[in-house]
Amino acid sequence: MSSGNAIDKSIRSGFGRETLTRRKLTDLLFASAGLFVMLLALSALLSLLGQLAFDGADRLSWQFLTSYPSRFAAQAGILTAWLGTVVVMLLTALIAVPLGLATAIYLEEYASRNWFTDVIEINIANLAGVPSIVYGLMALGLLVYEFHLGQSFLTAGLTLGMLILPMVIIATREAIRAVPPQIREAAYALGATKWQTVKDHVMPYSMGGILTGLILALSRAVGETAPLITVGALSFIAFLPHAPWQADLPYISLQWIFDPFTVMPIQMFNWISRPQEDFHANAAAAGIVLLLMTLTMNAFAIAIRARFRKRIRW
Amino acid sequence: MTVSAQPCTTLKAEARNLSFFYGNTKALEHISLGLRDRCATALIGPSGCGKTTYLRCMNRMHDLYPGNRYEGELLLYPERINLVGQDIDPIEIRMRIGMVFQKPNPFPKSIYENVAYGLRIREAITRQNLDQAVERALRDAALWSEVKDRLHEQAFNLSGGQQQRLCIARALATGPEMLLFDEPTSALDPSATARIEELVTTLKQKVTIVIVTHNMQQAARVSDYTAFMYEGRLIECDRTEKIFTNPSNKLTEEYVTGRFG
Repeated sequence: MSSGNAIDKSIRSGFGRETLTRRKLTDLLFASAGLFVMLLALSALLSLLGQLAFDGADRLSWQFLTSYPSRFAAQAGILTAWLGTVVVMLLTALIAVPLGLATAIYLEEYASRNWFTDVIEINIANLAGVPSIVYGLMALGLLVYEFHLGQSFLTAGLTLGMLILPMVIIATREAIRAVPPQIREAAYALGATKWQTVKDHVMPYSMGGILTGLILALSRAVGETAPLITVGALSFIAFLPHAPWQADLPYISLQWIFDPFTVMPIQMFNWISRPQEDFHANAAAAGIVLLLMTLTMNAFAIAIRARFRKRIRW
Repeated sequence: MTVSAQPCTTLKAEARNLSFFYGNTKALEHISLGLRDRCATALIGPSGCGKTTYLRCMNRMHDLYPGNRYEGELLLYPERINLVGQDIDPIEIRMRIGMVFQKPNPFPKSIYENVAYGLRIREAITRQNLDQAVERALRDAALWSEVKDRLHEQAFNLSGGQQQRLCIARALATGPEMLLFDEPTSALDPSATARIEELVTTLKQKVTIVIVTHNMQQAARVSDYTAFMYEGRLIECDRTEKIFTNPSNKLTEEYVTGRFG
């Protein structure tokens, strides 16, 4: 009661009002500083995008998307590069998804806690921080020289698959952990086995987070250049990979996974390192396309997350 | 199911010298407690006294987490299998003993799928029988009339009390011999609580019920027998009227009259 009166008195006397004005001023100061820094970062990004658009917009055309590379800048295109990127991404996903999901599920739902799983866990976190060029060197030594997989789509897919595997595992584990234990207990209490609980509950309810993490990992892989140069991406490919089908049995052909490959960032790197200005414009145009590919993937991630969030409430 | 004489005469389960450890911490000490067939037994006691721990021994929920250990026996009648025995598969136990949790925890699926889940995982039921079983379970849980026209809507659209009755229906669908309730109304308002209590009183004619509760009035209203636990030990178990009017132990008397806890 007495303290209430003291507060009352201090407010009446105007004693608190001065400090309040000062405290609010600090608040405002912080807000404006934050806004300024954010705008600075945004304007840096926007000027980069603007530069890219300014340099490359003229070269963006149907011809650019459907042409093979050429000695002449005006005739050159990114057909093999964007097709290569799409194929490499598919292979990367095909390799990283089953391995990543299975590992994450095993670690979260099945593995018992002991020093061995601790070691695995620490190493997965470490692997996520290994520079991509190191993955490239490893792939060169192991996949190209040791397993003789060649400088092929398969090698590229495996390399990038290994590169994003730790990210996929970490994102999947986070998503799985977000499923409340009460839901698992409800399933177990009905007599479900571990696998039934995982397949009917844990996986479907964490799918939003899993897919989001996966797409974000893939959109990082899409821009990777260093490891692919290391394993021997070609920068001048004037033919398409073999078709994935054939006329006679078994109709499906896997010849294409052993074809030489190139991807968007490699093509860009090649163009930018030429002296002619015209090729620099090509690189900028390819940059715009690559950026659009990444943004499309991110948009997918956001859409998926929103969709799953709407369906599941805890 | 076995239909033996009158309800509340024979034992359905019995703990004999049951102890339980979370790692090195002893949570239950030499509990010996008989649970009567088709009868409701309430477990009361202050927080941390081991009521929920005991309840979760009965369907081996503790096995889901590492480092937990049972000692002694927990027999299920009439076969006299030891529920906490090393050689007993916890999944088999959970198929016979259902559980309803403190907070309603329906799956984020449709109402129908929630109730059907227990039968689906047993992989031994036809589509038509499934429909019938779901309807029967929802009727038994006094929820059918409220949801019959929206069986395929999300379970989360139901109110808290309806969700809890859905969880009861989900547990009932597989025809359990025993139902464990872990403070089933602690997250519900008084009217939803009343409906759950009413349901428990009806259900005990068919299945053996064990209910953990913090609410002594609730124990008095729904149960035939009440067990009072304190610091991991069973202090007293007797007919509910006796526990609340004339307990033989001083500690029980102090607890039920509200002098501590």
